[in-house]
Amino acid sequence: MILRLLSRLAVLVASLAVSTMVVFGFMVVLPGSPARVALGVNASDASVAQLEQEFGLDRPKGVQYLDWVGGLLRFDLGRSYVSRAEIAPQIADRLQVTLWLVVTSTVLALVIAVPLGVLMAVRHRRASGVLLSALSQVGVAVPAFLAGVLLVALFSVRLGWLPANGWTPPVEDPAMFLEQLVLPVLSLGLVQGAVLARYVRSAVLDVMREDYIRTARAKGLRPMRALVRHGLRNAAIPVVTVLGLQLATLLVGAVVIERVFVIPGLGSGLLDAVANRDLILVQDIVMLLVTAVLIVNFVVDLLYLVIDPRLRSVR
Amino acid sequence: MRRRSGTLVIGGSLVAMVILAALVSFVWTPHDPGLVVPQDRLAGPSGKHWLGADKLGRDELSRLMVGARTTLLVGIVSVGVAALIGVPLGLVAAMTWRWLGEILMRVSDFVLAFPAVLLAIMLTAIYGSGVVIAMIAIGISTIPAFARVVRSGALQVMSTEYVVAARAAGRRPVGIGLRHVLPNVTSLIIVQASVSFAIAILAEAALSFLGLGAPPDVPSWGRMLQESQSLLQQAPRLAIVPGVAIALAVLGFNLLGDGLRDLLDPRLQQRRVEVQR
Repeated sequence: MILRLLSRLAVLVASLAVSTMVVFGFMVVLPGSPARVALGVNASDASVAQLEQEFGLDRPKGVQYLDWVGGLLRFDLGRSYVSRAEIAPQIADRLQVTLWLVVTSTVLALVIAVPLGVLMAVRHRRASGVLLSALSQVGVAVPAFLAGVLLVALFSVRLGWLPANGWTPPVEDPAMFLEQLVLPVLSLGLVQGAVLARYVRSAVLDVMREDYIRTARAKGLRPMRALVRHGLRNAAIPVVTVLGLQLATLLVGAVVIERVFVIPGLGSGLLDAVANRDLILVQDIVMLLVTAVLIVNFVVDLLYLVIDPRLRSVR
Repeated sequence: MRRRSGTLVIGGSLVAMVILAALVSFVWTPHDPGLVVPQDRLAGPSGKHWLGADKLGRDELSRLMVGARTTLLVGIVSVGVAALIGVPLGLVAAMTWRWLGEILMRVSDFVLAFPAVLLAIMLTAIYGSGVVIAMIAIGISTIPAFARVVRSGALQVMSTEYVVAARAAGRRPVGIGLRHVLPNVTSLIIVQASVSFAIAILAEAALSFLGLGAPPDVPSWGRMLQESQSLLQQAPRLAIVPGVAIALAVLGFNLLGDGLRDLLDPRLQQRRVEVQR
């Protein structure tokens, strides 16, 4: 158990280390210097040299890399090449916004997916189950940004019930915050819920064929009760895996959704940084997102051990 | 059994429709997709414009058909590249030393931490936007899917009697791989290709929605959707047309993948592969 934990932790640390190299490496292979990119092709050599000196871009690449990673470890993300502002506080604000989106839509996805998936599995031979299953297949095919545009067309433009875009921090105006949160979270959560529901369905279907469920039924438990008491915990393992893997999808979905709803989160920050050619900011945000995905994968691995005691003794 | 073939037929028809639209667009479109006709601005569906016209008076149907080309091109290249790299990697991971297989799988886990859209945004920051960047990014992030599917399939094949017999007969590993293992995992590869194609379409649409895919003068479904966003009041149709096209294409490839899976290998465990999206 401890060994397994340690080996997973080692993989996490190694992956993080390699990610820093990959992300930094991508930026280094760039022809020309980041300073030239930030200032544009028409910038004079003198101003490029000045910017390079200011940010230490004239130092050897290895030194720059170590400096960057050292900064990351201290949560010092450097200063923007374009605005020259400290990056860490900016990103912290944006991270909060994106976390609101991602966490609430994950909750919504679970609230939709678990009952729906179980229902689809229990009724898989009946018309209602097949219909739900077909509906979820359609949900899988709709990307979050499309759902977003369509929801805006219906609820903001046509019905005028909810704001089409914008973001208000919850401390400023909680009511407005909630109103503006509804559509983006629906866009992300409905789609993720549809995808997740299909996994819940197949996991529950697998479990329903197990001997212990038959035994429970033979003892006289009704199907639903047998499933809830003996089945759901077993069905949770594949579902947790998928939930973890989907976080990457959800983060990407959030990047695009933030664009649709003009929300000042990490995604908007990343796209603005790309537009401003602010490479250090791009580097930092990408690294942050990748770190989030890797850490969630690690947590998912730990969750297995909690859910399934059988795995604790293996290896 | 009847439902299974239904999946295949619906999926296959939707995919065929997209391919047909793309192919026909090479020889015929109702109008020039780039032709700006000011008096047709935001025109509704009519005999002249079956699906209406956009904010510049360009014919929506023509743009949709040419957009199918972009979608398929990005899908074919990125999935093709991913398969070309991922399949050999999966075979190597299954057939050579165990430690190498483990390392390759750890690496593929690692690549999964870089979703296609994120990778594309990063590459765009460096090299500028473009279809090629989108294809590279989607291709790289699709490699692990192929490597994993082929590895797990190959590991099963490796334990069969005929492979053991071939090894006992002194066949070289490369020979066994090409002659026995690869043909037996082909169905897995085909199914994965179909599902990956659906994922590639989603990624391409997201990228061109963000303005990071095809250049503005090349019609693409994602960009059409993005351009419609400011016109939801006047012409919600402009969002619905490309939106439905994206959803139907993705649905088509997903269903085709499901149908092929049942057709090619009924024993195969249902392995929903939306995970890599």
